[in-house]
Amino acid sequence: MSRQHIVVAECRDGELRRVTLEAIAAARACMADGDRLAAVLPLDGGADAGAAEALAQRGVDEVIVVDHPVLGRYAPETHVAALLAAATALAPETRWWLGHTAIGRDLAPRLAARLGAGQVSDAIGAARGGDGRIVFTRALHAGKALEQRAFLMDAPAVVTVRPNNFAPAEAIAGAAAPIRSVPFDPPISRVVVRDVVQRVSGTVDLAEARVIIAGGRGVKSAAGFGPLAELAALLGGAVGASRGACDAGYCDYALQIGQTGKTVTPDLYIACGISGAVQHLAGMSRSRVIVAINKDPDAPIFGIADYGIVGDLFEVVPALIAELSGEF
Amino acid sequence: MNIAVLLKSVIATDEPVVVRNGKIENSEAKWVINPYDEYGLEEALRLKETRGGTVTVLSAGNDKTIEALRTALAMGADEAIWIRTEDSSGDEHVVSLLLAEAVRRGGFELVFAGHLSVDNGAGQVAIRVAELLGWPHAGAVVACEVGEDGTVRVTRDAEGDSESWEVPLPALLTAQQGLNEPRYPALAGIMKAKRKPLREMTADELGIDTASGEASARTTRLGLASPPERAAGRKLQGAVREQAAELIALLRNEAKALKER
Ligand SMILES: Cc1cc2nc3c(=O)[nH]c(=O)nc-3n(C[C@H](O)[C@H](O)[C@H](O)COP(=O)(O)OP(=O)(O)OC[C@H]3O[C@@H](n4cnc5c(N)ncnc54)[C@H](O)[C@@H]3O)c2cc1C
Repeated sequence: MSRQHIVVAECRDGELRRVTLEAIAAARACMADGDRLAAVLPLDGGADAGAAEALAQRGVDEVIVVDHPVLGRYAPETHVAALLAAATALAPETRWWLGHTAIGRDLAPRLAARLGAGQVSDAIGAARGGDGRIVFTRALHAGKALEQRAFLMDAPAVVTVRPNNFAPAEAIAGAAAPIRSVPFDPPISRVVVRDVVQRVSGTVDLAEARVIIAGGRGVKSAAGFGPLAELAALLGGAVGASRGACDAGYCDYALQIGQTGKTVTPDLYIACGISGAVQHLAGMSRSRVIVAINKDPDAPIFGIADYGIVGDLFEVVPALIAELSGEF
Repeated sequence: MNIAVLLKSVIATDEPVVVRNGKIENSEAKWVINPYDEYGLEEALRLKETRGGTVTVLSAGNDKTIEALRTALAMGADEAIWIRTEDSSGDEHVVSLLLAEAVRRGGFELVFAGHLSVDNGAGQVAIRVAELLGWPHAGAVVACEVGEDGTVRVTRDAEGDSESWEVPLPALLTAQQGLNEPRYPALAGIMKAKRKPLREMTADELGIDTASGEASARTTRLGLASPPERAAGRKLQGAVREQAAELIALLRNEAKALKER
């Protein structure tokens, strides 16, 4: 039986998010011969077609655009309705793929419940077994255990994928899947979005960042984060923090990494003045390469770091900046 | 106002998690109310204190659940409902059907839950319950105010952005860290809790057949294992400048973690 897969695309500042390309790759890795893959792109009515064209090159069979001003701001019921509008012309037995982002994690359960579907949340792995069954990997207890999970019903089904855990789908030369717009008559939203305030400046989202420079209580002040931000900028990365630093008021809670903050899996994680409490490790221990900078040689963070520098971060971080800016 | 709080009992985050033969061995571990649910409970209790009404805590789960419900009663909830299931982290479709039916029968106007549970981390159940009830929801709430007009004004956290939403009652809110600082149960509360009603319910009593058909599990766990251990790497030596140079070289050439721009 051939299956319909739908990736729900997400943009940030007009650009496709990387996690959308990762979700496409995950879906494609799990598709059987004859399965079809569509990408649904909600747009806010005024956006240009760039994102749709970018999607059309990534190995999908078609791109479905739902374009309406109300979609400029996320509201759960409106977005569920938009997805269902996009899917009306498709086979009803659909497997949905979303990024496990602020929007994806909020939208997916609502969609799943509407469809009576199962959902696998925050997948860090997905592979098709010999019997055709798709086996998902998830991190439980904040990474202290790994679970293999599968659907009991083939479809409908909903999956959210954790950012930075699948290689993104590359653009395929010459590929240009058809782009189609569907009409959308939004339902009256009970939720009214009054205001959206950007609290954290910086262009790179923590969950999707390839490089994270994180600071802890050892950074000692809000101003102490300055050099970390400078290092992050040099490496095209984002700044993160421990709860210790957030609790001390050095930075916004939006930056917190760990059990009660964000879970991140960057290529490179540099922990500066962070002791390495289990609750912090919970959010970052699956990073590919971990560097610890700490003046205490016995700090637990060294136990999981690939490279450690025992020293004062206020000397080490500027030295790294000097080293990098000399070369770049 | 009658408020329900959905909560879950979880292994405390500072406990080790030992996996043997595909199961978590947790006989010694301390179980607590899922921290996010606790924020929801605290918010509900504060609303009750200023506005009157009742707070009912509901949980579907195994027998570890009782302790969490007792703690919630000791913190000030009026009543607890325990929907007994074998597995506290069962399929979210099933768990949400059970909880939604219990909420429906209770006649609540406002439901709090946690943004996610720290054990399973899926963040599905609460939002599914809202959809099953046909209610609006707001997720990841860090501030909330219930107006006399029956509208809840919330601030929610969305990847660093702060969003202001208005949601009409009845509604479901999921609590994010920052909403409040949960209280500790006082001794008097613990004594009182012993006399508060803790009702046990089964799926059967809720009229839900989880064995087959519409309300059966949609997903299943095939296996559980410990993650591969992460070995400690090495500490660099020498003067700060030398270490900095060595680190950059290692990141570039050995770890291939730096992209030239
Ligand atoms: C339920 C629960 C949930 C939690 N969730 C989280 C979470 O999500 N994220 C999180 O991070 N924590 C969380 N915590 C808190 C966690 O247990 C730790 O308290 C916290 O991570 C400590 O932060 P820290 O490492 O910055 O501070 P500390 O533990 O105080 O460490 C500071 C470190 O900086 C070093 N240092 C000081 N000065 C310098 C210097 N000049 N140069 C170099 N190094 C220096 C010190 O040697 C020390 O190792 C949670 C706790 C609980 C109970």
